[in-house]
Amino acid sequence: MQKEPAVSADQMLAFETDCHLFSGCGFEAPGLHSFVFEPMFSIGGFDFNKPILLALVGTLAIVWFFWAAFNKPKLVPGKLQMVGEAGYDFIRRGVVYETIGKKEGEKYVPLVVALFFFVWVMNLWSVIPLAQFPVTSIFSIPLGLALLVYVLWVGLTFKRHGFVGAFKNFTGYDKSLGPVLPLVMVIEFFSNLLVRPFTHAVRLFANMFAGHMLVALFTIATWYMLNGIGIAYSVVSFVMTVVMIAFELFIQVIQAYVFVLLTCTYIQGALVEEH
Amino acid sequence: MNALVTLAETEVPQNPLIPPIPELVIGLIAFAIVFFFLWKKLLPSINKVLEERREAIEGGIEKAEAAQQEAAEVLKQYKDQLSEARHEAARLRAEAQEQGAALIAEMRAEGQRQREEIIAAGHAQIEADRKQAAQTLRQDVGKLATDLAGKLVGESLEDHARQSRVIDRFLDGLEEAAEAEANANGAAR
Repeated sequence: MQKEPAVSADQMLAFETDCHLFSGCGFEAPGLHSFVFEPMFSIGGFDFNKPILLALVGTLAIVWFFWAAFNKPKLVPGKLQMVGEAGYDFIRRGVVYETIGKKEGEKYVPLVVALFFFVWVMNLWSVIPLAQFPVTSIFSIPLGLALLVYVLWVGLTFKRHGFVGAFKNFTGYDKSLGPVLPLVMVIEFFSNLLVRPFTHAVRLFANMFAGHMLVALFTIATWYMLNGIGIAYSVVSFVMTVVMIAFELFIQVIQAYVFVLLTCTYIQGALVEEH
Repeated sequence: MNALVTLAETEVPQNPLIPPIPELVIGLIAFAIVFFFLWKKLLPSINKVLEERREAIEGGIEKAEAAQQEAAEVLKQYKDQLSEARHEAARLRAEAQEQGAALIAEMRAEGQRQREEIIAAGHAQIEADRKQAAQTLRQDVGKLATDLAGKLVGESLEDHARQSRVIDRFLDGLEEAAEAEANANGAAR
């Protein structure tokens, strides 16, 4: 594991580095405080802490990658372009065309591609040495993206169906339901307009939050038990850390995929004809 | 103790579902940057190349297909022409055969006609000759017989008319006898 002596624990790390088993201090489990970072510096009154810096560096990384891959594309692609094309094609065909369809979906491709790679890279920070913090486990990040998608699909619904049509779309209006129709409409209204953006954001946030918690727990335990006989336990904990990191790599892709898949499903629901 | 102190210190912003505004703003700006670059610059650029590649590949396939189609068309044309030529040849042959047959029949008819003409002419000639010969013979035989009879009886039978009648009667008698004999022969057969 990468363990750098922290310049300041409040800025970089989620735990104290001078505490070991048998040295008279208790185990400090990771908790909500592991997701709060003191500002490292501030420019013009705006405080930059670790998640914000990671978000910015991640943004640069994505732009750099796609710039290198796609800026001067060749008919016979180089390695970087090939990788970029594979990722792009996966989202375009596997997600957008599959859900929205090729004709209507084409103009949402850039948004969905950007969303997927943004979310994925922000998730990926969780396992990158020195960073080791998923930016998406700060609720603001997935919430901002989910709100963006929310505004988009609600706007699209109004644009496509008009006010009455949009209302029917949101409430799942269906005459054949008979007497339960009012109940269904109320439930659907809450489910679609109020709960949906929240669950969209929380799904990603909670997965990354919990994943980071697990990785942090085993990492801290490995460090904490690295003293005397505790080393034996430490090894077990270290193995678990590696396993959890591998698992996290998997979850990160899945969650990014689910996020954009839901985005496409919402857009498709907004574009669908009334029936 | 340490943990408790840390918790106490950071208790205020600890509900993880209350989003810190700076992160919200930065997150959206960061995403906007990524989106903008992909949307305006990089995805159109790669789309162009993907389209070109698709055309390069499918263009090749299309070209091959077109060539194949053309080949098939040419083959069909060729076959059509061949069968047309065969039909034409068969037709010509049949026509020639017909014409030949007609020609032969015509020639045969012509030959037949000429033969009949020749035969008829021959018959007429023979008849005329026979008549002439019979005439001459009759005169000569009459003269000879008269001369002979005159010499025999010593008296010249000068009376021409009488003489002629006698001779004719004699000759007719001869002819009747010959005919009767021929008829008897024909009946016997």
